[in-house]
Order: sequence, then C-alpha cells, then structure tokens
Amino acid sequence: MSMLRSIFLRREAGIAVMIVLFCLAVGSVKPQFLTLDQLRIILLLTPLIMIAAMGQMMVIVARHVDLSIGSTLGVSAMMSGMLYRWDATWLGFDVPWWTGIPVSVATGALLGFFNGILIQLFRLPAIIVTLGTLSLYRGLTFILSNAKQIDRQWIPSELKGLSQTSPILGIPWIIFIAFGIALLTHWFLNHTRVGRQIYAIGSNPVAAPLRGIRVTHVTLMVFTISGALAGLAGILYASRWGFVNPSNTGSGFEFQVIAAVVIGGVSINGGVGTVLGTVLGVLLLGCVAAALPLLGIPGTSQAAIYGSVILIALLIDRTVRQQGIVSLKRSRA
Amino acid sequence: MSALETQSAPSSQDAAPVRPRWQTIIIRPETMTLILLVLGVFAGGLLSPYFLDINYILKSFTLYAEVAMVALVLTMVIIAGEIDLSPAANMALSACVFAWMQQAGIPIPVAVAIGLASGVLMGAINAFFAIALQLPSIIVTIGTLTLYRGLAQIIAGDKSIRVPEWFIGIDKIMLAGIPLPAVIFIVLAIVLGVVLGGTIFGRQIYQIGTNEIAARHAGIRSARIKLILFLLIGFVAAAAGIMTASRLGSVRYDLALGQELQMVLMAMLGGTYIFGGRGTILGTFLAAWLLVIVSTGMIVANVLPAVQLVVLGGLLIVSIVATNFIYSRAQR
Repeated sequence: MSMLRSIFLRREAGIAVMIVLFCLAVGSVKPQFLTLDQLRIILLLTPLIMIAAMGQMMVIVARHVDLSIGSTLGVSAMMSGMLYRWDATWLGFDVPWWTGIPVSVATGALLGFFNGILIQLFRLPAIIVTLGTLSLYRGLTFILSNAKQIDRQWIPSELKGLSQTSPILGIPWIIFIAFGIALLTHWFLNHTRVGRQIYAIGSNPVAAPLRGIRVTHVTLMVFTISGALAGLAGILYASRWGFVNPSNTGSGFEFQVIAAVVIGGVSINGGVGTVLGTVLGVLLLGCVAAALPLLGIPGTSQAAIYGSVILIALLIDRTVRQQGIVSLKRSRA
Repeated sequence: MSALETQSAPSSQDAAPVRPRWQTIIIRPETMTLILLVLGVFAGGLLSPYFLDINYILKSFTLYAEVAMVALVLTMVIIAGEIDLSPAANMALSACVFAWMQQAGIPIPVAVAIGLASGVLMGAINAFFAIALQLPSIIVTIGTLTLYRGLAQIIAGDKSIRVPEWFIGIDKIMLAGIPLPAVIFIVLAIVLGVVLGGTIFGRQIYQIGTNEIAARHAGIRSARIKLILFLLIGFVAAAAGIMTASRLGSVRYDLALGQELQMVLMAMLGGTYIFGGRGTILGTFLAAWLLVIVSTGMIVANVLPAVQLVVLGGLLIVSIVATNFIYSRAQR
C-alpha cells in the first residue's frame, strides 16, 4: 500500500513540477509572465472550473461521468438572473442580492439529482444520459429565458463585487470561495464515511454493495453535489462576467472541467483521485490559458490544446496504472 | 468476482421455452421504431399535408443524410461494445482540411482524397488510444472530440472557407427522383446491413460486443475488427463532412457542432443496446427517417429551436430506457 501511495504522491508532485516548468519556460520568453499581476490573472481564470471540477472529480471517482454540467451551469445562472430581473416591487421590498446563490445552487442540485435518478434507477450509462440532459438543459435555458440575455444592469453590483472586491491581499472573494470549496471537498472525501464510500464504489462497484454500502444513495448524492457545484459556478459566472446568455453561458465548460480533472490524476477507471491533484490540474489549465495571449497564440487554438492535454493525461494515467500493477506484483513476489 | 459469475450462471433447466415467432417479432425494438415511424407520418399528415408528399420528406432528409450515414457505422461500433463521440468533430475537421487544401490550389479530387485520408487518420488515432492502449473509448473520444474541433478552429479560424461554385449542391442532384445524399445513405445502409447481418465478419462484431473475452478465446481477432470499425467510422465521417461542405457551399469550424447527439440518438432509437452485442442496421435506418419526420414536424409546427433541443435530449433518454426495458423483458 505504501508503494502505491508513494506513486500517487509522486503523481501530484509531477503536476506541480509541470506547472513550474511551464511557467519558467513561458517566463523565459516573456518575463512579465512571472509577475504577481499575472498570478492574479491566472487565479481569476480558474475559480469556476475549480468549483465544478470538485463535483466532476467525485463523479469520476465513482466511475461515472457528468457531461451536463455546462448546461446545468447555464440553467442555474439563468434562474438567478431571471430572479434579479423579476419585478418584485409589489412585494414592497427588493429581492436581496444574495438570494441568487441559494436559488442557483438548488437549481443545479435538482438537475444533478435528475441525472442521478436516470443513471441509478434505470441502470443507464452516465455518459449517454448526461449527453441527453446536456441538450435538454440547454434547451431549458432558452425556454426559461425566452432566448433573451440577462444584461449587465440586472446583475446586482454586490454580486459582481464578489469577483472584484477583496477581503485581503487584493485577492477577490471568488477565489477564496473556490479554495474554500476545495478544502471542504478534501475534508468530505477523506474524513467522512460517505466520502470513503465514493472511492469504494469507484474502485469496485461489485464489491461495494456486498460491504454494505448503499450504492444508490451514494451515487445519487454524488450527482446531486456535482449539480449543486455547477449551480454555484453558475451564479459566480454571473458575478464574474456580469451577464447570462442562454447559448454561451457554460457551453463547452464540461470539456474544460473534464480536462482539468483528468490532468489532475483522477483515474477514469474510478476509485483514484485527490483534491490536491485536481486543484493542480485546474491551475495548470489556468496557466496555459493565461500564457496563450502573451505568447501571441490566437485564442482559437485553445480547444485543440485542451483536447491534446486530455489525451496526454490519459496516456500518463495509463503508464502510472501499469507501474502500480507491476510494483504490486513485485512486492507480493 | 469470478465466484460471483459462476454462481449466477443459468443452468439448462432455467432456459425459457421457445417463443412463438410472432412474439419474437413484436418484442424486437425495431418494431417499436417502425410503429413510431408510422405514427409520426400519420401525425405529420394531420399537421400539414406536405408530410404525405414523399418528395418533401426526401428533400428534408438531405439535411440529415450525412449524420444518418455516420449513425449507421456508429451502430456497428456500439454493437462491438465501443463508442465514438468524435465523428461530428471529425466531419468538421475533414471538411476544413478539404476546403483549406482546395483553397490552396490543390485540385478538388486530390483535396477530397486528402480530406478522406485525414478522416481515416482520425479514426486511427481513436483506435490507437481505445484498442492499443485499452483506454475507455468514451473518455478517449471526448478528448479527441475537443482536439479535432479545436484543430478545425485553428485551420478555419472564425471565417468560413468557400468551395467552388460547381462543387456546391450535392443535395440538388437527383437519381431517379431521389436526392443523391439519400441514395448514398440507402446504399450504405444496404451494404452495411448485409455485412453486419449476413457475413462472418458481422456476426463476429456481435460476439465481441456480447462477451469480448469469450470471443477472443473463440479465436476472433477482436482488436483487428474494432480497428476496422474505427477506421470505417473515420472514413464515413470524413465523407459526410465533405458532403456537408458541398450542401452548404462553405465550411466553418462549427460544422455539425453538437451533432454527436443526433448520431447517438439515431442508433439508440433504432434499438441498439448501449452495452453492446445487440442492434441492427435496419433499426438505425428506420430511426433516421423517424428523426427526420420528428425534426421536420417540429419545424413545420413552428416549434422553437430550443424546444427541439429539449425534445431531442428527452427522446434520447426515453429511447435508452425503452430499449433497456425491452431487452430485459426479452431476456427473461
């Protein structure tokens, strides 16, 4: 076990080394990449991905995948945007700015729960179900909003302030929220019974129920959490960009999140993955995204880079897994 | 794990009695697709008399023929127990490569050949990851889907690349009153249907999908068969991409964006079993027409495009639930 553990530890160290090497390489060409200002830009690119990646990571650890989070983000952001645009003067008071947060999170949780029901109760593969709900939820966003964008003036300034004002050191609230969620996920996965059960289900779905794990409950919960976190990312999207658009908001987001999670060393075969690795994966993606404009690489190449990064991460995942098996065999021999 | 499997293996006494022939036909998922298709035409006919006009349906079909072609091969890939989500991106990249080449002054036939070759290469990349490295094809093709679409975006940028005037209009060419894309689709369906249903190669695809380990022990070269399927879907997707270029007259990187949904939907509606081993070309063939009727019906009925997205997504979920249900009943 200690042998395997050391390999996983090395894995995260590997990502950290990759980040440092990448930053040094870009910094040697463009010295302004290594300034604090640039660090701020990198950090500001990541919070939405990081929050959703925590949910996606749990789903992948449980040996499923959630393709619908981009659309879930869209619906949730749209719900809160509609709430802000809603004329509540007849109530006698304005809708407080923070109400969007529970509304968005609850919407996301509901959509995630719906995914979970379909997957767990009908025993369907998550990839096909969430491919269906990806389209279904996107259509829902259009229907809810009547295909109209929620413009800047409707988003409360306090909400926008979350990604501009800072409690300390000039780092905006939104980054603290993202790291707070990451810490919470770390605690949940490592120090609660249910958290450990997610790993048990992912590493051996046949053995898990035999050990008395309630697979249906846990799986439903994992998908609900993934949806809720996508919902939180939705309201923060409104905060960060100041608008909600039915077709753009969250579209293609799932691929960035899956890329980040897979780079972070979460095994697609389930049962393996850490919060630290995922956070590092997100940061590496952030560094790449921030370096592109500096290096004069057009933004159109971003998708191709994400795609190749997913494939490279898959290759690394496979080599690491094989090494793990070999070293296990050696230690037994 | 092996102890579990031996425990649950059925003995010969558990075998169900043979069903009468009419029953086996009725519980086939293709029958459900056919019934839905007839109902669809009937409902469409109430909606608008156009639906009873075969020429109108054929004309609408040209809009979906390319995707339907890919869905036929995808059916075989899913029967073999794999999946490919990248063909829509493959269509875009092949079409972009083709359009880019011909814009650079390379003669059209050569450009078409290069486009097709790039499609086969994309299939080979998928096969390398999914077969040689034995990674799950679901995640691999999510990665390559992003990569191929991204490469198309690098080639084409935000602009659209025009193709020469004479190359435009494959959907306007008629063969015996049927638009050429529909003819290609029907011919491909017949060829693939014969291959899948009537050849040793086709039966081996079913065996791989039912139990790959058993198939390999039975001497079936599963890796080679899967490789052929991935190359074939790459080739057909490239051909579909170039046909789309001819139909639209220009190529953008977002060609066929999100249409992997339609492809999977056609296969699922046709009763292909998502876990492999079951499904027919006939089912997907019928499902393609059903989807055209439903989509055209929604356009005629002035249904918002957003609602159409909801309907397609919902249809995908309903069709897998129904197919799983039918197969679990049939197994009992």
